[in-house]
Amino acid sequence: MGSRSFSATVTNRGGELSSLDESLPEPTGAEVLPGESVRTSEVMSSLDHHEKGIPTSDAGLGMTIFDCQDVEVFYGSHQAIRDVSLSFGLREVTALIGPSGCGKSTFLRCLNRMNDLIPGAKVGGHVIYHGQDLYAPEIDPVQVRKRIGMVFQKPNPFPKSIYDNVAFGPRVVGMEGDMDEIVERALVRGALWEEVKDRLDENAFGMSGGQQQRLCIARALATDPDVLLMDEPCSALDPISTGRIEDLMSELKERISIVIVTHNMQQAARVSDKTAFFNVELAADEKSRTGVVVEYDATETIFTNPSDKRTEDYVTGKFG
Amino acid sequence: MTGAQIAANALEGIRHGERKRLAAQLFNGFMYGAIGLAFLALVALIGQTAVKGLPGLSLQFFTNFPSRINPSTSGAQSAIVGTVYLTLLTAVFVIPVGIATALYLEEYADKTRWWNRLIEVNIQNLAAVPSVVYGILGLAFIVRGPLGIGPVLLAGGLTLGLLVLPVVIIVARESIRAVPPSIRDGALALGATKWQTVSRQVLPSARAGIVTGVILSLSRAIGETAPLLVIGAASSPRFNPSGLNDAFTALPIQIFTWTQDPNPQFVDQAATASIVLLLILLGMNGIAIVLRNRYEQRW
Repeated sequence: MGSRSFSATVTNRGGELSSLDESLPEPTGAEVLPGESVRTSEVMSSLDHHEKGIPTSDAGLGMTIFDCQDVEVFYGSHQAIRDVSLSFGLREVTALIGPSGCGKSTFLRCLNRMNDLIPGAKVGGHVIYHGQDLYAPEIDPVQVRKRIGMVFQKPNPFPKSIYDNVAFGPRVVGMEGDMDEIVERALVRGALWEEVKDRLDENAFGMSGGQQQRLCIARALATDPDVLLMDEPCSALDPISTGRIEDLMSELKERISIVIVTHNMQQAARVSDKTAFFNVELAADEKSRTGVVVEYDATETIFTNPSDKRTEDYVTGKFG
Repeated sequence: MTGAQIAANALEGIRHGERKRLAAQLFNGFMYGAIGLAFLALVALIGQTAVKGLPGLSLQFFTNFPSRINPSTSGAQSAIVGTVYLTLLTAVFVIPVGIATALYLEEYADKTRWWNRLIEVNIQNLAAVPSVVYGILGLAFIVRGPLGIGPVLLAGGLTLGLLVLPVVIIVARESIRAVPPSIRDGALALGATKWQTVSRQVLPSARAGIVTGVILSLSRAIGETAPLLVIGAASSPRFNPSGLNDAFTALPIQIFTWTQDPNPQFVDQAATASIVLLLILLGMNGIAIVLRNRYEQRW
């Protein structure tokens, strides 16, 4: 096991990190019991091994990274989702599918506390990440977002150079080490290095849409998160760019967990290990619409042998 | 229906494009007339100023102090220097306060709270208050009253600062609002704090609009006469202000003083000073355009 823990990689800047660090379990070496969620230090240690060229250890496979219990979100008085209980496996790709307005993105944004930023949004239930409830009062949402990367529907590069786009995350979290190396590593992992290595100083707005989205992925990877949340990352892209991002996802899966919201069922079938089907539930008065999870299973089961009629109707294209 | 009929139906009306309707032509004529009138007024004004003022535009005009007796040795040095100092002072005061207020209102203020809405409405109203009212405010609170610093350079800078502050805030808010929310989301999702997001992404992206707005507001302040008259700027001083607590004058005040003079040669000096003021304004607006073209962010 590598000795560097996450808190060593990311320097403490003005005590910002302390709150989450204290609340996460202490690094305890190889004491991970089967079925228990893997501790942050374990995940990070295995990342270190990978960096040194040692193959990723299988430790932690089959374990949970996220365990969500009865998650519900209110926007004002409107309930957007309710009773979402899902757990996501370590180094697995989980797809969230369902018709528009069923709360997939809302749920995704609960996982890194991005919903905190929406005025009037209120999150209930528990989102347990490596054994720690992310909505516990002592948790600082900024620290949560440092560990859980996110890629948005529309590529949103900063109006800066390619280099500065990637370096922004490491700079704000105060990562140590050679920034050039950090940027190169992130761009290599984002499958973009070969295309941009000679024009790192150029403005990111000059890239194609697909390149911009891979830049956003590389940017999210630069701070070494162990989860990547992707909110319909390919919906604004052409099929070729989509294919490249899907390839990239299966590579990234070697080291990190991915939760992806997608409208494209073929994409869910291609890239994910597990799939959760969300649907809209109309209230009795037929006025308010609330998202619920209908079925959650291995992707193959969802697409070939779903147990719920609504899932079957959706995946066969009868509605949605 | 035959094929020819279908074609005829489809093409009906297309060939009537050449026949412009009378109303459209009339409106066109009206628009050109309006532009022509505005342009004519401008040309006449500048032309007359140039005819009267250009002969007096010499190095001496910049190096000599205003005279009350002899127009041939009179200049506008103290007014030009005063205007430069006033503008710098106004900028020093208005840039930090204006940008900070705009940032608060756009990024931090909870718009459901009544006090934030009150601030917003007030700023919009303040932008429409006549400048002479700011002069009275400056006289009552800065020159006399609580601050009581007298009719000095600092009082002039603060008064003009108050005058353009609402405009700077409004322009800065618009530039900040033009930065798409996805930029903020992107930065926050990377683990940036609110302040890191604002200071490293939002403000740099909005800088072109903010800088342009500040320069244009300052060029409004440069041309203001009324508030400076009210707070008691000196008329035709034969010295430059040596510090913040010194008496001062500015180009508009000097122009005003000269136009009141019974000697027509002094009135011509007012035209010369107007040319200098116009050149300064043109220069500042030029800088604003260059900066905007260079740094403007398209999304």
